[in-house]
Amino acid sequence: MQEIIKTNERLPFMRFRGIMGIISIILVVASIASLSVNKLNFGLDFTGGTLLEVGFEKPAELNRVRTALDDKGFGDAVVQNYGTQEDILIRLEPREGVKAEQLGTDILDSLRAEFEQTVEMRRIEFVGPNVGDEFIEQGGLAMLTALICILLYIAMRFEWRLAVGAVAALAHDVILTLGLFSILGLEFDLTVLAALLAVIGYSINDTVVVCDRIRETFRKYAKLTPIQTVNRALTDTLSRTLVTSLTTILVLLTLFFLGGPLIHGFATALLFGVVIGTYSSIYIASTVALAFGVSRDDLMPTEVEKEGADQDPLP
Amino acid sequence: MLNKYPLWKNLLIIFIVLVAALYALPNIYGEDPAVQVSANRNATIDTSTMDRVKSSLENVGIQAKSIALEEEQLLVRLNSDDEQLKARETILDSLGDNYIVALNLAPATPEWLKSVGAQPMKLGLDLRGGVHFLMEIDMDEAVRKIVDGMKDTIRTELREERIRYSAVRVDDTTVEVELRTDEAYAEAASYLDGRYQGYNLVEDEENRLLQLQMSDQKLAETRDYAVSQNITIMRNRVNELGVAEPVIQRQGSNRIVVELPGVQDTARAKEILGATATLEFRMVDSENDIRDAQNGRVPFGSELMPMRDGPQQLLKEDVILTGDHIVNAGVGYDEYNRPQVNITLDGAGGNKMSMATKDNVGQPMATVFIEYKATDERDEKGNLQFTKNAEVINVATIQSRLGSSFRITGVGANEAQNLALLLRAGALIAPIQIVEERTVGPSLGQQNIDSGTQAIFWGFVLVLAFMVVYYKKFGLVANCALAANLILIIGVMSMIPGATLTLPGMAGIVLTVGMAVDANVLIFERIREEIKAKRSPQQAIHHGYDSALSTIADANVTTLIAALILFAIGNGPIKGFAITLAIGIITSMFTAIVGTRAIVNSVWGGKKLSKLPI
Repeated sequence: MQEIIKTNERLPFMRFRGIMGIISIILVVASIASLSVNKLNFGLDFTGGTLLEVGFEKPAELNRVRTALDDKGFGDAVVQNYGTQEDILIRLEPREGVKAEQLGTDILDSLRAEFEQTVEMRRIEFVGPNVGDEFIEQGGLAMLTALICILLYIAMRFEWRLAVGAVAALAHDVILTLGLFSILGLEFDLTVLAALLAVIGYSINDTVVVCDRIRETFRKYAKLTPIQTVNRALTDTLSRTLVTSLTTILVLLTLFFLGGPLIHGFATALLFGVVIGTYSSIYIASTVALAFGVSRDDLMPTEVEKEGADQDPLP
Repeated sequence: MLNKYPLWKNLLIIFIVLVAALYALPNIYGEDPAVQVSANRNATIDTSTMDRVKSSLENVGIQAKSIALEEEQLLVRLNSDDEQLKARETILDSLGDNYIVALNLAPATPEWLKSVGAQPMKLGLDLRGGVHFLMEIDMDEAVRKIVDGMKDTIRTELREERIRYSAVRVDDTTVEVELRTDEAYAEAASYLDGRYQGYNLVEDEENRLLQLQMSDQKLAETRDYAVSQNITIMRNRVNELGVAEPVIQRQGSNRIVVELPGVQDTARAKEILGATATLEFRMVDSENDIRDAQNGRVPFGSELMPMRDGPQQLLKEDVILTGDHIVNAGVGYDEYNRPQVNITLDGAGGNKMSMATKDNVGQPMATVFIEYKATDERDEKGNLQFTKNAEVINVATIQSRLGSSFRITGVGANEAQNLALLLRAGALIAPIQIVEERTVGPSLGQQNIDSGTQAIFWGFVLVLAFMVVYYKKFGLVANCALAANLILIIGVMSMIPGATLTLPGMAGIVLTVGMAVDANVLIFERIREEIKAKRSPQQAIHHGYDSALSTIADANVTTLIAALILFAIGNGPIKGFAITLAIGIITSMFTAIVGTRAIVNSVWGGKKLSKLPI
């Protein structure tokens, strides 16, 4: 039998819960601080504006592109390489008073005039400023709805202490992933938002498995203290947790390297989220549940009352 | 502890996977470049059209792969991309204006598959290339137009009834009528009371003021009508563009989504879809001197208006006719081969035109082109503000009394083309603006498909390899389940008519591949634990599957919740991700629990074993 972790012993996970808790709190605070100072580098989906991806035949001369655009009055354009040397990405802030949906075509025309080679239009995106605001609103709403629905489901299936632990773990993962995007200044667009929701899905998956085992272990071993019980449950699920994370990380790495630049942010958010999610399902959920004083009595199966059991049988 | 599935259960599993495989099959056949011909107005498509197309193509040396008549449409499959454009032009030339000829990529699904309803997955715009527009309708303007029309009606009717009023004006959604005398007030009140459906009469006797307020229901109807009229008009305009399989849908209360797969000339598409234009015909005021007006003494009942490529014009305020009476408009050429726009009006429009021009032969008539342009500004309610740009595009002398058919000359070839197109599509009651656009070029689309497929392939291979190394023969079993899962996802995606595959959708498939093994990992880890606890192999299998079940269900339901929320709020590409994720979760539960159990049972079940290869 090949195993990542070979042990029949309980690993003393909870011995480190203090230090892990402190590390997590520091990371969460740092993330929130960065989010409030640096904010998120919102992509076009949220800010509105115009984006153009064009392909040249030869490696693109960025400076010449910039001058050409400057001459045409697009001085505020951000020009950068995208994926390959031949591809460039041009971004423009939302503008007042111009027929905005016409911008993309105008820029393309002026590039074609400046460079005497085929300039291929690969992608044009235009998002009106209000649509962007709506996306932010919808995204935030979706995140909250997801968290609440999952909280309700877990509270229904398990017990409120574990549910709070699970949601704390989720919030932890989301905040840290957002923090990473804020600290590194990575672009936050709709696909990253989707990835974040997928992280919620993944992390909750992991946490549920752990919580399930904690409950089972409480029921099975009456003599263990809560800390011993949690240690035991975490040890038992550890190899599953690691194997699943490993396979998921494997496919995410292929997405990161082969999925193309459009999917880069998505893969980054998920990769980071899965790593953090794996850690949080081990430490955060259980630590929070313990802090709220989860015990064996809370998790025993409730006896189903038979209808009419308290009534005398009919004569 | 026998661990045997009954035969019917095994057969059912095989059957399900086979059906999915059958429906997934069309995806490997690829697509043919094709030209799709459909009828526009009055024209019909039958076998004679088919023969005409066939012979015209043969004349220019194009050998079509096949020509088929399906649902009143003609689908001409071609052998190469190069022939596609040429074929389109040829067919357009030979059939003329009454047909819409669109470029298309037709799935090359073999007949026997088509006969069971199997079709390849629909590809999203990010994979196929094309344009996505989100358009917003100016509802205030729509309502304003209706109320303005009401104002005119009331004026005319009061005049006909000889009820003397001092003013009829519009205030937001209300038409106010001010009467001169108490007598007229009483007359008007009884006349107007209950006369117009959808308007409530509010009487203010003291001020001799009558207010006709648009009811909420009428307001809602007006808005609905504005949306549906816009959708109809968009559909017409899209038809003019010649696009195969366009999507035109309402989104929310005042938005329309237009998706045009495969369109490359986006500038033209935008110009035609985005511009709101209408025409007004008005008499030129030739009795007064325009120089007086330019100096600020504009005569009563006239107004100054700019002219495109020309001096200002002084026009009468009365509108002879508006664009909504236009039935048809097309480009033609006069004897000097100059472009002109031929216009046909409906009956009422013809009468109006005839009345107005009867006494004005020899007088100049102006064509006013009115365009609504969005200003990017919004009012406090967040609605877009539009400015109305009116300009005279043409002044022509009325040569004779005009009827329901006449022509405008003196326009450039391109302008004539665009004008005719817009007029034909009808006049919008409410202006519309593009608030979101996503255009993907065809080469990027193909590149997205390639990188998506590669990511799926290598992700799949890596996971397969890992599972075999880590779980030995049981790993192989999980791999069979994973392969079956992939087939099921693609099969189900192809079966659901609304499901579209997008690049994030492909990412969803990759992610499911990674996560789908989770159920098997849970089960296998349980089996290993049971073995460690010194249970017999058969018992280990049985308990392993049993005790993992509720965990798997809980874990997947929560992920499913996240996927459903994504689906509910997401836009196109994100929805694609949510769909594949949700389908993947459900199919993976089936293959990982039931599918692997069937294999495990038939390989190791019902035997005395001393050891399990796990």
